[in-house]
Amino acid sequence: MKKVIRKHPLAIRWFHWINFPVIAIMVWSGMLIYWANDIYKIGFGDKTILKFFPDSFYKALNIPFRLAEGMSLHFVFMWLFAINGFIYFLYLAFSGEWKLIVPDKKSLKEAWLVVLHDLHIKKTAPPQKKYNAAQRIAYTGVIVMGLGSVLTGLSIYKPVQFHVLCSILGGYEWARIEHFILTILFTLFFVVHIVQVILAGWNNFRSMVTGLDVLPTANDMMLQPAAVSKEIGLHQTPAPVTQMQNEKNANDLLREEEPGDSSNKDAKTNEVSQGEHDNNNSTEADK
Amino acid sequence: MNYKEEISISEKKLRRKTIVSFSIFILLMLSGIFLWKKLHQEPQIAQTPKTLRKVLNTNENIFSGFLSDQHLAKSYPVSASVKNVRVNGNVGMGNDFDPSTWKLKVVRNYGDTLFLTLDDIKALPKTEIIFDFKCIEGWSQVTHWGGVKFSDFAAKYNLNAQTKMNYAGMETPDKKYYVGLDMPSMMHPQTILCYEMNGKPLPMNQGYPLRLMTTVKYGIKDLKRIQTIFFSNERPRDYWYERGYDYFSGL
Repeated sequence: MKKVIRKHPLAIRWFHWINFPVIAIMVWSGMLIYWANDIYKIGFGDKTILKFFPDSFYKALNIPFRLAEGMSLHFVFMWLFAINGFIYFLYLAFSGEWKLIVPDKKSLKEAWLVVLHDLHIKKTAPPQKKYNAAQRIAYTGVIVMGLGSVLTGLSIYKPVQFHVLCSILGGYEWARIEHFILTILFTLFFVVHIVQVILAGWNNFRSMVTGLDVLPTANDMMLQPAAVSKEIGLHQTPAPVTQMQNEKNANDLLREEEPGDSSNKDAKTNEVSQGEHDNNNSTEADK
Repeated sequence: MNYKEEISISEKKLRRKTIVSFSIFILLMLSGIFLWKKLHQEPQIAQTPKTLRKVLNTNENIFSGFLSDQHLAKSYPVSASVKNVRVNGNVGMGNDFDPSTWKLKVVRNYGDTLFLTLDDIKALPKTEIIFDFKCIEGWSQVTHWGGVKFSDFAAKYNLNAQTKMNYAGMETPDKKYYVGLDMPSMMHPQTILCYEMNGKPLPMNQGYPLRLMTTVKYGIKDLKRIQTIFFSNERPRDYWYERGYDYFSGL
């Protein structure tokens, strides 16, 4: 028997995996468009530290002279980006899932501790639910960024019809700069996200596809408490009582399962008994 | 939230669930790649895949709904306009052009063409627009233009029947550059037949003697050196549309 947590609801997995190629296409077509007037750079005075983008970059990706193609892709896939994002927002709002994502009062301070932990400066990280404080800030921030991209994009796309929006954002040229900065932030988010996913390992990645976070078995828990606490992401050594309960419970289940084996009906009764048992557990963990 | 609700599941079932999930996942990713490839192999309309064209036309239907004579581009004071106005295109601006014999041709109907001199056009009330001109490449410039509102022009020359049609088309003398504009944009109060820049006659490279200037389109629609204006219910041919750009190109 394995114990699992339903980590990612099906809807969130769909939003996530639709969003991934759609954002990729938006960034790509955005670069095809940006090339036609590539005036942004970081520097001071006459000194340029970083030019967006160097010619070698354009050449390597075969970007030049594809403005028309970029615009047609951008103004088609913008719908998927906006609609997918909007439904995701509604889903979070109405499912209550937002409570696991939106940062709370402690998040800012805790996020710093998470960063220290991730950089191996601190041994422990604050307790968390589905996401740690840094994740909460990042995942909420990226929703705000998405909204920002839609609004700045709209005011570059139709600056005369949406002139009020455009002037709130500082006018046409500022809106274009903001749209560009948001794109850079999206790509930085992507890089950090990929690194973190690789570091978090297979179980974490798998949960974004299957939805299930597979927990270590009761046996694993008894044998290697330190490794286990890391794997389940609680950053806490589970209380001994919990372990006992888990073990006992696993034995119960085994006994229960013997006669009928793994028919669906059995699985359901198991779920219920597990759920009840778990409520006790979570109150303990929440403390 | 029910997060953290633990469920027990047999290893066999977990394995099966994982395989099913990943199969669906990989299948979806592959079909995404397949659709992307297919999009690029699709028959093209004016150098753009059919499906993209369809959506762009839908975009036009949606966003042209916002276009209104009340939605004016922001006006700037004369002092805000630049002196060195960027010259960005010379298609249709060949050297074999004699301005002294130039007359604007307005095709009202088959066999009914109006010929007008620059003085005829200047005789109409002058409208000046100082606005943030926007190029489809992504740059913009506050520039100062003077001319005749096309709607005033149409009223003066009895183009009532013509302006009820869907589009107006314009071409250069050598017919190498040509554009089409939807009539609401053409009749917009900030669309002018332009003969002045910064208070002086249009320079040659800005389309002397007459060019179009509108706040509601990218610069690609502001045809320089207009020879012919005509009207149609179908889209007139359009130089940049044929090269893969959006026909509407409205702002």
